[in-house]
Amino acid sequence: MKIIDARGLSCPEPVILTRQALASGEAAYQVIVDNNTSKENVTRYAHHQGYEVTISEQDGEYTLSLRK
Amino acid sequence: MKNERAIIITTGVIVGLIASMLVYFGNPANMGYCIACFLRDTAGGLGLHNAKAVQYIRPEIIGLILGALGAAYAHGEFAPKGGSSPLTRFFLGFFAMIGCLMFLGCPFRMLLRIAGGDLNAWAGLVGFAGGIYAGIFFLNRGYSLKRTYKMTIAEGSLLPAAALALLALLITAPAFIHFTKAGGGPGAKHAAVAVSLVAGLAVGALAQRTRFCMIAGIRDFILFRETKMLYGFVAVTVAALLCNLGLTAATGTSFFKLGFVGQPIAHTDALWNALGLFLAGFACVLLGGCPMRQLILAGEGNSDSAIAILGFVAGAAFAHNFGLASSGAGPTANGQIAVVTGIIVVAMIAYLNTYKK
Repeated sequence: MKIIDARGLSCPEPVILTRQALASGEAAYQVIVDNNTSKENVTRYAHHQGYEVTISEQDGEYTLSLRK
Repeated sequence: MKNERAIIITTGVIVGLIASMLVYFGNPANMGYCIACFLRDTAGGLGLHNAKAVQYIRPEIIGLILGALGAAYAHGEFAPKGGSSPLTRFFLGFFAMIGCLMFLGCPFRMLLRIAGGDLNAWAGLVGFAGGIYAGIFFLNRGYSLKRTYKMTIAEGSLLPAAALALLALLITAPAFIHFTKAGGGPGAKHAAVAVSLVAGLAVGALAQRTRFCMIAGIRDFILFRETKMLYGFVAVTVAALLCNLGLTAATGTSFFKLGFVGQPIAHTDALWNALGLFLAGFACVLLGGCPMRQLILAGEGNSDSAIAILGFVAGAAFAHNFGLASSGAGPTANGQIAVVTGIIVVAMIAYLNTYKK
């Protein structure tokens, strides 16, 4: 599974990285972000692209699991 | 998603209404909010520049930072961080301000000028969108100012503390603080301190919760066909427009004047209005948000945004010390040189942080 580490990056970089990764068309990805705004923006983008998103939080970092 | 859209439109409407009402309560025309102008006035109040017409510590700025701080704190989002190319951010902020003062307004005031019938602002909007396009060109090719890191509570609290210090200086008004004398220019036009402060706090809290940003509206639509923030952008404009028309009907004083000539605190040079906001849009995309968004993020403890704000303030001080800021009479030759210089510097920053990382 492809892992996108977008921790510490400011908007819209996490979404751009996600978009670039999604171009490979795999069924599952993980995106790691460290703030709510990025979490919301990546989640919204993934939903638009037809992915289901589950989120787990640890120490202020969010791991977003994207699945088709 | 539907819910999110309703929230952003509601926020836009409230922000637009507050902006229009601030003019009714005494702010300069079409300037319920202008982050560029207000930081410039505040720089003048502190004596960092000596343009007597624009000196006042604007409580809206203080309120925006502290309102965002409060909302962030209440929702566990006060998260001190920084360290992502601070000096670059300072200069991006510096030149964004030079662009705004060429146009005579930040992107927020651009919307309020449109809502006041100032057709010159449409030239600004064209330039602004062009600047955002330029920034996106580099974003799509990997532009990044690199990662931020967690900082201490002390680091994240410094700018909010400075906002409190500004409030103390405003209220105690010691002799070394400068205030434009009554009738002496836009700096003398302001709502009562409490009104401005409460308006700032309210919009600061709302903007923190909704991530409101003038850049994001156009940027995310171009990048991702994401319309969420664009609805907020339009909602601000429509609400302020309707409120201006309502105020005009109710008071007999004009809060709306359609045309190019004789607009309040504006000039008619379309090319330089466009180039000014091209520079501001370009620099702000590279910063990651509009000037208001930088205030909000600083309230959340982001010291990169705090550095950008210091860049805005320095840019404003230089703009008036060097005669770069436009006036109602139009742009200055110095200002034109500064805007072209700014576009070159910002393009170089974009290039170097895209291809030479």
